Amino acid sequence: MKERILQLLKKTAPEVNLSELDPKAKLREELDIDSIDWLNLIVSIDEELGIDIPESDYDQLTTLDEMIHYLSRIKHE
Amino acid sequence: MGEFRMPSLGADMKAATLVEWHVKEGAHVRRGDIIADVETEKGDIDVEVYEEGTLEKILVQPGEKLPVGTLMAYVRSEGEPSWEQLQTKQGESILKASSEAAQPELSEGTASVSTETKSTPKVETDLIQSLESEERIKASPLAKMIATENHIDLHEVQGTRPNGAIGRADVERYMHQKTDKAPAEQPERSLQAPATTMRKAIANAMAKSNREIPHYYLDTHIDMSHALEWMEAENRNRPVKERLLNSVLLIKAVALALTEVPELNGYWIDNELKIQEAIHIGFAIALRRGGLITPAIHHADTKSLDELMENLKDLTQRTREGRLRSSELSDATITLTSLGDRGVETVYGVIYPPQVALIGFGKILDQVWVAQGMLGIRPLVHATLAADHRASDGHQGARFLDALSHYLQDIPQLLN
Repeated sequence: MKERILQLLKKTAPEVNLSELDPKAKLREELDIDSIDWLNLIVSIDEELGIDIPESDYDQLTTLDEMIHYLSRIKHE
Repeated sequence: MGEFRMPSLGADMKAATLVEWHVKEGAHVRRGDIIADVETEKGDIDVEVYEEGTLEKILVQPGEKLPVGTLMAYVRSEGEPSWEQLQTKQGESILKASSEAAQPELSEGTASVSTETKSTPKVETDLIQSLESEERIKASPLAKMIATENHIDLHEVQGTRPNGAIGRADVERYMHQKTDKAPAEQPERSLQAPATTMRKAIANAMAKSNREIPHYYLDTHIDMSHALEWMEAENRNRPVKERLLNSVLLIKAVALALTEVPELNGYWIDNELKIQEAIHIGFAIALRRGGLITPAIHHADTKSLDELMENLKDLTQRTREGRLRSSELSDATITLTSLGDRGVETVYGVIYPPQVALIGFGKILDQVWVAQGMLGIRPLVHATLAADHRASDGHQGARFLDALSHYLQDIPQLLN
């Protein structure tokens, strides 16, 4: 799951070295993601993983760790 | 007369390099057709033609750097004289004169492009060969731009994008490696280098703005609770791909408020305000490498939120890829900048000449608010107007902010 998320993040922020990304850091600040980038990321998660994240859950996905946790949980449900 | 000239692609651009023609001499062109591709500090731009007719004569060749206003081709509409007739009957003087009239501040350089641009066959062959070898290298426009700025041969750069294409990161890595190998001198130079050209262009436009435009600023807090409630309910029923962003509400509200205070929607040219009927909102989009571009969302007042959203997504993507159309870069009538994503509360903007106003939005924040005598907590946005005092007064500015506030709190009317 982590690898797939990193691939999607790579598309959003191609110039960032993701191996240095702190999994507990706020993604939006860390990767300089604005609201359009964010929406595109949510769309690509839907396309690639088949998970449609409702807007009300966005605040459960602020860091890489949270995102992995959230998406793994949905996938197993 | 069907003169096709290098368009102005914003106050911060003085010249662009012709990359290729999309049509051949003799082709029929329609208004809005993309007929050429030019390279600028803002990426590759698709240049549109504004007249219908036959592209009778091409006057400049790929590879040439052309100042804004340079005559690039002659488009002959019905009933107009042919290029040859123009040459023999009226001569160059007419073209030269109108070239100066079109771009007074660029009189030097513009007139030099007439018939002498025909290169010798040898030069043309060299040019074509060099262009072909350029094309064989797959690289993003940004990568190409950075490479050109820093005199880097892209053949030496290893591409890591799909199909081995070279991206910006690849060029920068290459530059870093070179710097590392070179004796330690000015290590920070390579970090500053990539954005230099665009930085300079922005610097020129903004310095001009600050020098010439007497700005005045007005700001107000707007209660966004209705707007956010509406947006939340709306998005809950929409699949991910069709979700809306708050930005489209802001764009639409600004456009509608401008219909009530048109004095803020226009250009200050030749010491007078030229109010523009069409409302084209330049939406500030930050580039990941630094710098920003404000492509226009055309006729924003007449578009639905869904249309605005499509526009915004498309423009953002093409801005970042460096694939905008010339009209999108040149005809914004006002600028909107929303820095709320970055946590900013209030924006005090600098107007982009020749426009006469800029609207800034900060972050939507929960704050204590009194409404109808009741104390409560509401999500508020700080809206700021920066306006040109030559073109409008505080009274008009205040009316605009009032209208803006009204539209953002009355969603049914916003959707109308």
